[in-house]
Amino acid sequence: MSGYVEQKYDVLVVGAGHAGCEAALASARLGLNTIMFTVSVDSIALMPCNPNIGGSSKGHLVREIDALGGEMGKNIDKTFIQSKMLNLSKGPAVHSLRAQADKKDYSTQMRITLENTDNLTIRQAEITDLIVDDGKIVGAKTYSGATYYVKAVILCTGTYLKARCIYGDVSNPTGPNGLQAANHLTDSLKRLGIEMYRFKTGTPARVDKRSIDFTKMEEQKGDEIVIPFSFSTDKDSIQKDQISCWLTYTNEDTHKIIKDNIDRSPLFSGMIEGTGPRYCPSIEDKVIKFADKNKHQVFIEPEGLDTNEMYLGGMSSSLPEDVQYAMYKTVQGLENVKIVRNAYAIEYDCINPRQLLPTLEFKGIKGLFCGGQFNGSSGYEEAAAQGIIAGINAALEVLGKEQIVIDRSQGYIGVLIDDLVTKENHEPYRMMTSRAEYRLLLRQDNADLRLTHIGHKAGLVSDEVFERVEKKRKLIDKEIERLENTPIGANQEVQDFLVKYESAPLKTGSNLAELIRRPELDYEKLKEIDVDRPLLESDIVEQVNINIKYDGYIKRQLKQVEQFKKLEGKKLDADFDYATVSGLRREAMQKLNLYKPLSLGQASRITGVSPADISVLLVYLSTKKHNS
Amino acid sequence: MIESDTIAAIATAMDNSGIGIIRISGDEAIDITDKIFKSVKNKKLKEVKSHTIHFGHIVQNNEILDEVLVSVMKAPNSYTKENVVEINCHGGVVVLNKVLETVFKAGARPAEPGEFTKRAFLNGRIDLTQAEAVIDIINSKNEYALTNSVRQLKGSVSVKVKEIRENILNQIAFIEAALDDPEHISLENYNEELINITTLILSELRKLLDSADNGRVISGGIRTVILGKPNAGKSSFLNTLIGEERAIVTEIEGTTRDALEENIRIHGISLNIADTAGIRETEDVVEKIGVKKSRTLAEEADLVLFIVDASRPLNENDYEIIDIIKDKKYLVLMNKSDLETVVKPSDIVGIDESRIINISAKQNIGIDIFEDKIKEMFFGGEINFDSELFITNERQKNDIRNAYDSILLVENSIKNRMPEDFFSIDLMNAYESLGKVIGETIEDDLVNQIFSKFCMGK
Repeated sequence: MSGYVEQKYDVLVVGAGHAGCEAALASARLGLNTIMFTVSVDSIALMPCNPNIGGSSKGHLVREIDALGGEMGKNIDKTFIQSKMLNLSKGPAVHSLRAQADKKDYSTQMRITLENTDNLTIRQAEITDLIVDDGKIVGAKTYSGATYYVKAVILCTGTYLKARCIYGDVSNPTGPNGLQAANHLTDSLKRLGIEMYRFKTGTPARVDKRSIDFTKMEEQKGDEIVIPFSFSTDKDSIQKDQISCWLTYTNEDTHKIIKDNIDRSPLFSGMIEGTGPRYCPSIEDKVIKFADKNKHQVFIEPEGLDTNEMYLGGMSSSLPEDVQYAMYKTVQGLENVKIVRNAYAIEYDCINPRQLLPTLEFKGIKGLFCGGQFNGSSGYEEAAAQGIIAGINAALEVLGKEQIVIDRSQGYIGVLIDDLVTKENHEPYRMMTSRAEYRLLLRQDNADLRLTHIGHKAGLVSDEVFERVEKKRKLIDKEIERLENTPIGANQEVQDFLVKYESAPLKTGSNLAELIRRPELDYEKLKEIDVDRPLLESDIVEQVNINIKYDGYIKRQLKQVEQFKKLEGKKLDADFDYATVSGLRREAMQKLNLYKPLSLGQASRITGVSPADISVLLVYLSTKKHNS
Repeated sequence: MIESDTIAAIATAMDNSGIGIIRISGDEAIDITDKIFKSVKNKKLKEVKSHTIHFGHIVQNNEILDEVLVSVMKAPNSYTKENVVEINCHGGVVVLNKVLETVFKAGARPAEPGEFTKRAFLNGRIDLTQAEAVIDIINSKNEYALTNSVRQLKGSVSVKVKEIRENILNQIAFIEAALDDPEHISLENYNEELINITTLILSELRKLLDSADNGRVISGGIRTVILGKPNAGKSSFLNTLIGEERAIVTEIEGTTRDALEENIRIHGISLNIADTAGIRETEDVVEKIGVKKSRTLAEEADLVLFIVDASRPLNENDYEIIDIIKDKKYLVLMNKSDLETVVKPSDIVGIDESRIINISAKQNIGIDIFEDKIKEMFFGGEINFDSELFITNERQKNDIRNAYDSILLVENSIKNRMPEDFFSIDLMNAYESLGKVIGETIEDDLVNQIFSKFCMGK
């Protein structure tokens, strides 16, 4: 052992995936001397599965990361090769951006950003041990025996801990893409008393573009006008020629091959023990579970501009290689397909995230933070979202400042982290819009208005950006007020206008806002009868329109948020023993002692805690307040 | 749980004394009352002084429901330290119920068990030493409300509510799956399908509400148990009561009768006769279910009817029952009084002789005296409705009404061509409201449903 000792770093980040990158950038940008470890410098910001960023609810996360001062949005704006706003026919709350990335370029651009960030050092080595002293992290050791003494550690190990890639009866002890696994850290974590889970996920095969017959598939083009992810990216600067994706389908032949060979799946042989996610099932899962469907979609997506590799979205699998060939070849357009990389399932160690505070710090170990798949989530965006929060909070802790927590009414990031640390989670957690109870307020279009001030307060967002957003907010409010207070008479001009849009004529006077609320009208259309309107940027117009149009719903949600905030505001002591509260049901007492919630609101979301238990706690809290 | 919204409940025991008080507490207590109260002097309560009493009428749809006295106590000088309005109603149980409903419609929600006390405590009104007691109240009353609301719910109602919920959840899961995975799941033409479904759900909820208005969701009433040794004539007695025209057996159309209880109305007084199915089938309640169970039944009951076979000497069973009912409200019915009797009232030691009635269930003798006695005990305030149970009923009705209103909003959204994601907001509210009716929470229902029903995936 070399015994090399290093003491000059404040924050040490383990892992250089999407969580690790955001964590390291946040920490370094907040002025802390930060070192980021990776088993391979060539795999920084690697996208080992799907070649895209965003999508339903994940697009929201990217926007929120951006508003907080993160990098993911900017990086995908630099490296996308196709972009689409999903769900445009639905309400504004579920519009969601998704972009195909040039994977290699995505990785390279992120690396360039990291390498040009002050206070940030990149180091290739495997972290094997954490050094904890008196409930506080003090450092970490590498495989080669070097010791780094630091003030905070952020674990973003992704799918690398004791990773195993499996298809058929082949099992490779590697991380994704054949990269070296991290086989030692788990034991160190277990020695610290950390409870581990074993999860699994999977990825489809990559195939050679030249072996695909695209004439048999439906072309999927990008949007004509690309909307950037980042609020600071100039829209005009990113309009470019886009690459298409392609849609084809599995069929009865595909399904027969899968069914005939299902006994050769490692899931059936018991070789895979980890828990997989239900939302991205393997093709064999889909065929068995949804036996009544005679076809499933397959999206053929490019992995980048200067590669022939194509991703077979929807056909992840852990079946043996020969079965993979056979089933892929039954798909229309893939008759002569050549596989470049096999599909595989991957198993890895992660933690039970119940052991974390909402700040993403371990409850019992001061200074130890973590983010990403290590916390039992899934997806690049979910990882990055936790990464930035862990990075910010590790830095704030070292700086002795108050840490940040985004609550469920402020952002998807809040929902994501609260769900992870509060609810029982037995599979890799994916963000979904249905998980956000206040989603009308948490739109991708207003992420800047919701979160920029939090990023600014933490120190990650510049004064200039902050002021720009505040100015935007004022302009929006002012314009809404003007519309609410501008009367509209039932004169001929107005009636003609309404007739033109098949809208009911006015019987009495009204105002502009009332007309915008009509389903067949909107802010743009009202231009003809609203001659005095100020000239406003399109992003402001968008906010004005949404806020007026959905005013009734938005107000209802705001009312719910008010109630929510009341319970969130009632703080609970993290080391309180609930066994001392008489009147709590036994199950509730046990759960509360296990989770140690920080607020009454969090307590109310724990499975097994009833409203009556919350009443009891409320009374108890009140007693304490009176006493002190 | 919510601390500032406005709650209401009947604050007095539910008897037929004719007078009852509805208490309303919360920020909007006065505004809410103003919506439904017309003072004789045409004063708005918003403008009156605190701690004043006003005479007038509760009016709904221009129709006078009751003549009332309204006391106004403004925060913080009230029991809960919130704005409190108390409506003194004069029209009896049925009217009281109607007025309470009007209060709910005007914006209050039914109080949780012990909630007034809880608020009083949380707002610092009650002394600290009483904290433990408050916790006990919340606990016991919640437990009570929970077990009772679910137990008292007619089996058929709970089946129906579950069915409607399941239907709603399926719609939410479909919409949400499509929102989360738009490329795999399409909502095309879904609106037409959904409007058919909401129409159906609305009519089903309407039916539930109508039956609730007839007191049929929960049979609120005097919890009554019939005890007696084998062959004393319990079932003949019950059959006599039920078989007559005046006896009403609750039954929702098209559903099977709840085996747990019979609801009988005597002079407008509702009796819930517990576990009658068992009694009717076996005849031998003491023997079959044992002394212990009889004791439990009696303990839970507001009234025990002890049937004595006057033609046979008292035996051990009878003495056990006498022991059980001594401390309860009871009536002793000396059955088979048309035969040669061997039991004298004085044989039944420790029992108030004025509570002993000679009857013959078979010959329909003495039933009218029995009924008069019930009336006397009720109006004399000796036996009461269980007000907690009554409130539970109100709460459940209110939840069904909320679900109904939410589904109406869904219909509105569809008609106004709102995007589909707006539908699921109100569908979810309806789902949650109905969950409260049957005592089920949501937890991870939705996510599980999405994954089990729809094939999603990258």
